[in-house]
Amino acid sequence: MASANRSLNRYFNINGWFFVAPAALLIGVFMVYPILYSLWMSFQTGKGMMTQFGGLANIKRLFDDPMFVLALYNTMIFFIVQVPVMLTLALFLASLLDNPNLKFRGLIRTAIFLPCVSSLVGYAVLFKSMFVQDGLINSTLVGLHITDQPIPWMTDPFWARVLIIIAITWRWTGYNMIFFLAALQNIDKSIYEASRIDGVPSWGRFFYLTVPMLKPVILFTTVTSTIGTLQLFDEVRNIMTSDAGSAAGPSNSALTLSVYIYNLTFKFVPSFGYAATVSYVIVLAVALLAIIQFYALREKD
Amino acid sequence: MDRFTRALAAFFTYAFLGIMAFLSVFPFIWMVMGATNTSIDIVKGKVGIGSALMDNIRAFATTVDVPLVFWNSIKIALIATALTLIVASLAGYGFEVFRSKYRERVYSAILLTLMVPFAALMIPLFIMMGKLGLIDTHWAVILPTIGSAFVIFYFRQSTKAFPSELRDAARVDGLKEWQIFLLIYVPVMRSTYAAAFIIVFMASWNNYLWPLIVLQSNEMKTITLVVSSLASAYYPDFGAVMVSAILATLPTLIVFFVMQRQFVQGMIGSVK
Repeated sequence: MASANRSLNRYFNINGWFFVAPAALLIGVFMVYPILYSLWMSFQTGKGMMTQFGGLANIKRLFDDPMFVLALYNTMIFFIVQVPVMLTLALFLASLLDNPNLKFRGLIRTAIFLPCVSSLVGYAVLFKSMFVQDGLINSTLVGLHITDQPIPWMTDPFWARVLIIIAITWRWTGYNMIFFLAALQNIDKSIYEASRIDGVPSWGRFFYLTVPMLKPVILFTTVTSTIGTLQLFDEVRNIMTSDAGSAAGPSNSALTLSVYIYNLTFKFVPSFGYAATVSYVIVLAVALLAIIQFYALREKD
Repeated sequence: MDRFTRALAAFFTYAFLGIMAFLSVFPFIWMVMGATNTSIDIVKGKVGIGSALMDNIRAFATTVDVPLVFWNSIKIALIATALTLIVASLAGYGFEVFRSKYRERVYSAILLTLMVPFAALMIPLFIMMGKLGLIDTHWAVILPTIGSAFVIFYFRQSTKAFPSELRDAARVDGLKEWQIFLLIYVPVMRSTYAAAFIIVFMASWNNYLWPLIVLQSNEMKTITLVVSSLASAYYPDFGAVMVSAILATLPTLIVFFVMQRQFVQGMIGSVK
């Protein structure tokens, strides 16, 4: 019996590796190897393919590089402002749409979800065309007397950042809303009924019942949105830059770490080692923020 | 609450949701209207249907080999999606059905790659593709996307719902493991495959940064790259840009409306 068991185990083992091998191999070659190679490269200095070991020279260069500091600053601004704004809006929309008596519920849900089906570059280009100086958005805002003067979306650093935040929020709010909506629909409604009879007001029910029960989904959406925002590239490049130059928005006000890495590698004289060092800043930021968010939102026993 | 406050609350709810729904849909309407307007009208913010549609299509079709570019995108997305689904479903099934201590470790390592930002991979991948002589080929775009930790995770989670009785019965009947996978698992998990197809196809279709780096000649470019390069001209022809944006949006929009239910289920299923 023991030997039969062992041969069965072996049979399972061989089959197990057989099924898993292609994926493990591909991830090894196209993920694990490059990320380690990047780490090694971050200790190399020099231009193009002519590199030598530079120790911590690249890390030192980070602190003396105002462009890097600006890119890090912009990326963090986008992350700190955009992720909470979007997730709050998504949660609010989901809790409004969770009401089964709401009319046109399916229609509204589909409409709000629609942006996340759009092409990433396509929508960026649409936003570019709507937010030009005398374009649709400005003429509407001036026409409605919300502002007296056109807003300098493309020429003022502050407004350029606002535009990027508006764009990403448009694209991803509905996506996150769907996760919240699904989680809300799994909540047993009798809990609400009981607390309503006990006289808990609706905002109290929201903050003391809904939010704690949604913690796992809030964690999921926060971590995925963080990873997405820290890698921001497509929108900045397609709304803010033109082929003519490498500037990302007025005074590089929308320059993100990913755009800077791209510029360092493919626009300027390539400096692979230094670009790899900058990319490791994103790796560390993602890891650090994911750990913080995980501990802040974990289920407490 | 008295009737008045309730009516007021309902009014604000509908007004807010109505505005949100309008803002969400409007850029799509803008895109379609824009395709019929001249670039000058678009930049001036004209709302309404114009008469420049044919001119815009002509402008787009004379600067770009439209069928080729569209075909490039379709080809890359379909091949990448098919290979991703094969590799990920094999792995998801393997990890869930044949558990072992070492495979759990490999699985954890694979999940960890979910946090790796693409920016940290692109330079080594670019050098690697150069050494393999694959720069400016579609394989350079496809290969790095096939091993997807997210899709493997998705298949493993879905496999938990695959009844083990089916597998045991098949084993008693003398089926080999790969036969069980091919003849029983794949047909039973149709809806999982459909949902994963949508997710992966969308991601591949929208892929921008990596194709931007590896695809250099015009004959190789995807629709996404074409939209981007048309719009980043110093004086973009926004009419042509709108036509190209419609073409870039249409496939994913069609997939969404045809498979809306699987679409949402697939998204949500990946979290559970």
